[in-house]
Amino acid sequence: MIRKFLPHPWLTLLLVVVWQMLVNTLTLGNLVLGLILGLTIPILTAPYWPNRPRLRSLPRIVEYIVIVLWDIIVANVQVAGVILFKRNADTRPAWIDIPLKLHTPEAITVLAGTITMTPGTISSDLSADGHTLLVHCLHAPDPDAVRAQIKSRYERRLMEIFE
Amino acid sequence: MIVDILISAFLVISGIFGLVGSVGLIKLPHPMMRLHAPTKATTLGVGGALIASLLYFYFVAGRFSYHELMITLFLFLTAPITGNFIAKVHIHRHETRDSLPSTGSERPWATFESDEDRIRAEGHEL
Repeated sequence: MIRKFLPHPWLTLLLVVVWQMLVNTLTLGNLVLGLILGLTIPILTAPYWPNRPRLRSLPRIVEYIVIVLWDIIVANVQVAGVILFKRNADTRPAWIDIPLKLHTPEAITVLAGTITMTPGTISSDLSADGHTLLVHCLHAPDPDAVRAQIKSRYERRLMEIFE
Repeated sequence: MIVDILISAFLVISGIFGLVGSVGLIKLPHPMMRLHAPTKATTLGVGGALIASLLYFYFVAGRFSYHELMITLFLFLTAPITGNFIAKVHIHRHETRDSLPSTGSERPWATFESDEDRIRAEGHEL
């Protein structure tokens, strides 16, 4: 019974919170409108998410977000250095293939998004069987090091969160 | 006073990274390399302006504004997708199976696989 009206409780909560943040003022009317949206949208979109990933632990998700934000700042400075102080002849762009241990589509999406948002690397394509990620690096004199860093820093943590 | 300095500092940081991103667009020689420049502008460039705005509304205007957090959320959801689209267009137009690293399996990168090949490999329609 509850499943029928609340097929996705976390999505409902997220929608209510996002709606409050969008209108920026907490009033009863907005809360009711947010609740209506939060209850109807999951029911209407239920057919589009048949397999839901289970998220293992909240502390690890927070840890992951903090690490990614920190890496974004560090990598921004590094890439700014490459753009401003390295001659084009000295930069070593490279394609890197990353064999994935992750199999959940949602986890691979998060990993690909993380790689793109940290400057200096852009996830460009996935192999047709979904087991390898193609990443372009702005400056990678040592492609193996970049691959090892992505696997140990991001993929390992996502394994713990999603699988 | 301290708040003013902090807000100004974040605005200057944001401006610097926005500028560096634009310089990268002009300077870098290759389409895939130029794609790296805007990802930088959207992270620290926009991020700095958002933090400055957050601080301004909290300390100067006296209320907390959630819109900056929403903008951050939507940027993190959309920026990787546009980056991926542009990269895919580049792969379609300028790369071949041999110019990219191997996938490590018999099937190619998803951009190169035709619908017929995919159905043959997976044995069913999508």
